[in-house]
Amino acid sequence: MSPEPRLVEVRRNVLKQNDVVARALRERFRAAGVFVVSLVSSPGSGKTAFLEKTLTLLRPSYRVAALVGDLATENDALRLARSQVPVKQITTGTLCHLEAAMVEKALEDWDLNQLDFLFIENVGNLVCPSSYDLGEDLRLVLISVTEGEDKPLKYPTIFNSADVAIITKTDLAAAAEFNWDAAFANIQAVRPGMPVFRLSAKTGEGMEEYLQFVGGRMADLRSSAAV
Amino acid sequence: MHELSIAMSIVDMGLEEAQRRGAQILTVHLKLGALSGVVKEALLSSYEMACENTALQGSRLVVEEVPVVVFCPQCQAQRSIRSVQWFSCPVCGTPTSEIVQGKELEVVALEIQE
Repeated sequence: MSPEPRLVEVRRNVLKQNDVVARALRERFRAAGVFVVSLVSSPGSGKTAFLEKTLTLLRPSYRVAALVGDLATENDALRLARSQVPVKQITTGTLCHLEAAMVEKALEDWDLNQLDFLFIENVGNLVCPSSYDLGEDLRLVLISVTEGEDKPLKYPTIFNSADVAIITKTDLAAAAEFNWDAAFANIQAVRPGMPVFRLSAKTGEGMEEYLQFVGGRMADLRSSAAV
Repeated sequence: MHELSIAMSIVDMGLEEAQRRGAQILTVHLKLGALSGVVKEALLSSYEMACENTALQGSRLVVEEVPVVVFCPQCQAQRSIRSVQWFSCPVCGTPTSEIVQGKELEVVALEIQE
């Protein structure tokens, strides 16, 4: 006769496989001295325009490159190639987010020692990317003024997984009747102390402040690595 | 909707444990934090799909939802927050991002038949 069913304790993190790869990536990035920034947002928030502007402005002073996640097309990579920096597309098929292993694979033939900054644009999605560590140093969450002020309250988990909030398309704020106070309050409600930058990739307004911040974080990391 | 790939990872773990223990898995117990980014209902239906045609077919997934607990720097105490839309101490109102609990996505126990 078979024994009674019994309960056994285990402790297994479901995302361990991803976390292990992400940790290894982070160590590689650290060793190569490359500062890695990832971008998450909903579709249409202006991630690609923002990234194109970022790459173009950083290129004269830094060695920069980008990975872009997209479900099906390579349009984003083609657009970003205009900034004349190395860009590689990660086509995820039907997968709604990037995972650390995809980043690892995409970097196979890149020499990280030749880079100061690596940007990783996630698939446009404010839900799924929150669970997956990509080994990045800084995660930016973008919302555009045309999306409304309540995005942080609707997607608190992704805001919680991110380090910095960027409000994009500020040139459209007046037309969209964007309520800045409500936006700031909502961000601080779900992630107290989160730095917020507002900018327009189109006019360039606010880009400098944000780039200074990112540059400062990179310098901090490098000086802490040098100690 | 990434619950299916999460469910498949859970099933893979279950299969591994079943083989290692030479037992059948009847139930998988999972802790699911409110900030895990995973929706319980979607995970439960995905789990059933992921189990199909595997040794875990017919097994159950039992999800224990874990609320968010933060550390309040003012009270110097751990507090459960009332809502994931409001990261502040429910007692004194101090905002805090120091998360103590609520990101879990962890298999914690298995009911097995040897």
